[in-house]
Amino acid sequence: MEEKRLSVYEECAARGVSRRDFLKFCTTMAAWMGLQQSGAAQVANALEVKPRLPVVWLHLQECTCCSESFLRSSHPVVATLLLDRISLDYSETLMAAAGHQAEAALRDTMQKYRNEYLLMIEGSVPTANEACCCIGGRSARQIVDEAAAGARAVIAWGNCASSGCVQAANPNPTGAKPIHRILRSKPIINVQGCPPIAEVMAGIIVHMLTFEGIPQLDGLGRPKAFYSRRVHDTCYRRANFDAGLFVESFDDDNANKGYCLYKVGCKGPNTYNACGIIKWNEGVSYPIQSGHPCIGCSEANFWDNSPFYKHNPGVKGFGIEATADQIGLIVGGITVAGIAAHAVATNIRKKQLIENKSNE
Amino acid sequence: MSERIVVDPVTRIEGHLRIEAEIEDGRVKDAFSSGTMVRGIETIVNGRDPRDAWAFVGRVCGVCTSTHSLCSVRAVENALGIVVPPSAELVRNLMIATLYMHDHVVHFYHLHALDWVDVVSSLKADPAAAARLAQSLSPWPKSSEGYFAAIQSRIGRFVGSGQLGIFSNGYWGHPAYKLRPEQNLVAVAHYLEALEWQKEVVKIHTVFGGKNPHPNFVVGGMPCSINLHEPNAINSERLAFVKQKLDEAKTFIEQVYIPDLLLIAEAYKEDWSRIGGGISNYLSYGDFPMAEYGDVGNYLMPRGIVLGRDLSRVHPVDAHSPDQIKEYIYHSWYAYQEGDQAGLHPFKGETRLNYTGPKPPYTHLDTGDKYSWIKTPRWKDEPMEVGPLARMIVAYAAGKEPQKSLIDDTLKKLNLPLEALYSTLGRTAARALETLLTADWALDIFDKLMENLRYGDSRMVNHTLWSPKLWPDEARGVGLSEAPRGALAHFVVIKDRQVGNYQMVVPSTWNASPRDAQGVLSAYESALIHTPVHDPEQPLEILRTIHSFDPCLACAVHLYDEEGKYVHQIDTF
Repeated sequence: MEEKRLSVYEECAARGVSRRDFLKFCTTMAAWMGLQQSGAAQVANALEVKPRLPVVWLHLQECTCCSESFLRSSHPVVATLLLDRISLDYSETLMAAAGHQAEAALRDTMQKYRNEYLLMIEGSVPTANEACCCIGGRSARQIVDEAAAGARAVIAWGNCASSGCVQAANPNPTGAKPIHRILRSKPIINVQGCPPIAEVMAGIIVHMLTFEGIPQLDGLGRPKAFYSRRVHDTCYRRANFDAGLFVESFDDDNANKGYCLYKVGCKGPNTYNACGIIKWNEGVSYPIQSGHPCIGCSEANFWDNSPFYKHNPGVKGFGIEATADQIGLIVGGITVAGIAAHAVATNIRKKQLIENKSNE
Repeated sequence: MSERIVVDPVTRIEGHLRIEAEIEDGRVKDAFSSGTMVRGIETIVNGRDPRDAWAFVGRVCGVCTSTHSLCSVRAVENALGIVVPPSAELVRNLMIATLYMHDHVVHFYHLHALDWVDVVSSLKADPAAAARLAQSLSPWPKSSEGYFAAIQSRIGRFVGSGQLGIFSNGYWGHPAYKLRPEQNLVAVAHYLEALEWQKEVVKIHTVFGGKNPHPNFVVGGMPCSINLHEPNAINSERLAFVKQKLDEAKTFIEQVYIPDLLLIAEAYKEDWSRIGGGISNYLSYGDFPMAEYGDVGNYLMPRGIVLGRDLSRVHPVDAHSPDQIKEYIYHSWYAYQEGDQAGLHPFKGETRLNYTGPKPPYTHLDTGDKYSWIKTPRWKDEPMEVGPLARMIVAYAAGKEPQKSLIDDTLKKLNLPLEALYSTLGRTAARALETLLTADWALDIFDKLMENLRYGDSRMVNHTLWSPKLWPDEARGVGLSEAPRGALAHFVVIKDRQVGNYQMVVPSTWNASPRDAQGVLSAYESALIHTPVHDPEQPLEILRTIHSFDPCLACAVHLYDEEGKYVHQIDTF
């Protein structure tokens, strides 16, 4: 029997989500995705009429924090998007294993929606010895190669799939590689972060549904809508940085006042992510707001840019710019070091004023 | 004639678990537990700043997130002699309590309940009768006829559409299901409610740790500043928010989780209080330090070992001692310099990968040889079960209250003897009782924190030894904690201000490890022996026992006959 593929809205309605909630979700998503106001209607239209996107979700070398993050997502539409249909109907962790019939079952799914389904991958692929990650007797690499063949596009969830994360940090004992080093033939969206923010994950799926194409990506394959601004530039503590007000050590008086965490190693100036805007767990907080410096978890190879508590401006390999020092200059549109010197001088002057004031 | 069943993957477990079991005359005759994924994180931490280690090893697991990070900062603090300020210790306790409540509730409803609850049967329920039943069990306000009718009609549309989604390919109708349709309907309704609830309680982690999964910690205390009057610190508004989440959690656990657990226990106690006991040794490192970490006497969960189910004696455990905890690799894909028979204390532990298994794709592991990426830990060469049941049994043997009374009262309510604890059901019940205690403790801890703050002690970090210049040339430390799934230990050697060696002995290492060189089984393998299997194509009973250890979500079960020929595949949760 040919099954009827319901639209996302139809599924939501069947699960008790009201029309009002549905539209609220569309509007929020459109805003996060940086669309014009009319974008909300476009999103709503897409979710209402387009059939659901078939998805295969693989778990490889990972810690499941990406799935967990998604489960924390606040909106019932998200639960419908992934929980009911996607992750559990087409998840590799459920379907694939040793045995030719199990493989055939997955192949059936992949054949039925050939060149239509989206492949979502959580985790990296070991290359030193393929046996370092086996599911149902097959290696991660074998599973990825087969699943990618008929995929329309690949979403690499989190830092593991996007850049190898902790297991790829020096000395990378299992030869862990991100998906874009394994697959060359498919468009790959790197949804960075350890884990990525739930709403970012949802936003990308909604984008794929709405526009039937991949979102605009930056040089590291990350969707620009969520990864084009530095944590530093959207940080509510930024004014303290500009004023030269810094936390000198954890829990000092300055920490109590919410001063800038730059001097205790904050990687916000080198990190592109939406933490300062969307925040975490329904906007409750984000690392800096809770007093810990950003460790840069949405950047490639951020583990090897540790130590986390020391600011290391000369460090290479951060994002798309060469060094952290240059980042500030480029983003600020400033070209000459003299102007930066001026800015520093201004900060020092401001700080002296504040200190004098408090000594009075 | 025996038949070999392969359960792979047991999913949503870090380390990709695989179970192979021999079935003979309707019962499990032998079982093999294998971890099939490795990342080598211990070798990656070597040479790093010890103050950074928590972030690396925290990424071992995103499900029991925060527990490894906490254990890591404890290990480094232990090595350097750093004592954490009292209020910071209390905040850490709140982090643990939050994790317990989240993890245990999610385990019960989303990972384990459907081993006991038949979703399809709930369609036959009378919503009015379900409402009467729910009201008789608990004052939970949602238990109206209209509520259950609405849930039932949602499930009906689900099933009617032919697309069962997360409920597809279950063992619905299996004779091992014992609940009445109304009981099933109540449980399914709460399954959906728990999904909504779980994302609320973790917001406590977000307040103190900035995010969840993977909240932040810092060596010496907690990175968040607390000041009741500062707008930019954790202030009274934020603390009121935490209190509200704790209150909500307690209500949910008391009025939903516990009544559902008792309902399932009552229905299944006949068989399942006698199946799945496994090995008879139990280890708990203890946790929830109410004074300071080094003061074990003031832990809410006591430390110790019960051997051979002898409740008259609690043996002390010393993780520092070179003779007590050792890891073996006889059946694990590693190499030791001293050879395969050697056992190494984690301070001298080695992590050298040495895969000798079949080349993937494979259908069977060579279980006579090495067959897992998990090492085999032993305490004085004895296997140990760890987890909520072990914690409860150690507390019971130590005469610790309120654990002892709670166990006695619950057994009395169910009309079961003490021996019923040593079973699949005992494990599942211990987890629920522990959650109930944790919800109470969390509120006590919160009150104590508020008291400290009122007296002006809001110190969150001990800085005195933050600078590596003050550290000795060599130091070694152990961090102990009780993760939701059991006893967790991190061992760190700090040499020249860097990590010289790092080893973790995690709960799954104890429970899911392969047998040792003498052929003595570890907890999973042992608990499966003699488990009845009504229908080898639908090994629901195996999943009940495996899930009672909390190995997370869905299993795709693959059955093989002796030639390794594929027989049948079943998806479940």
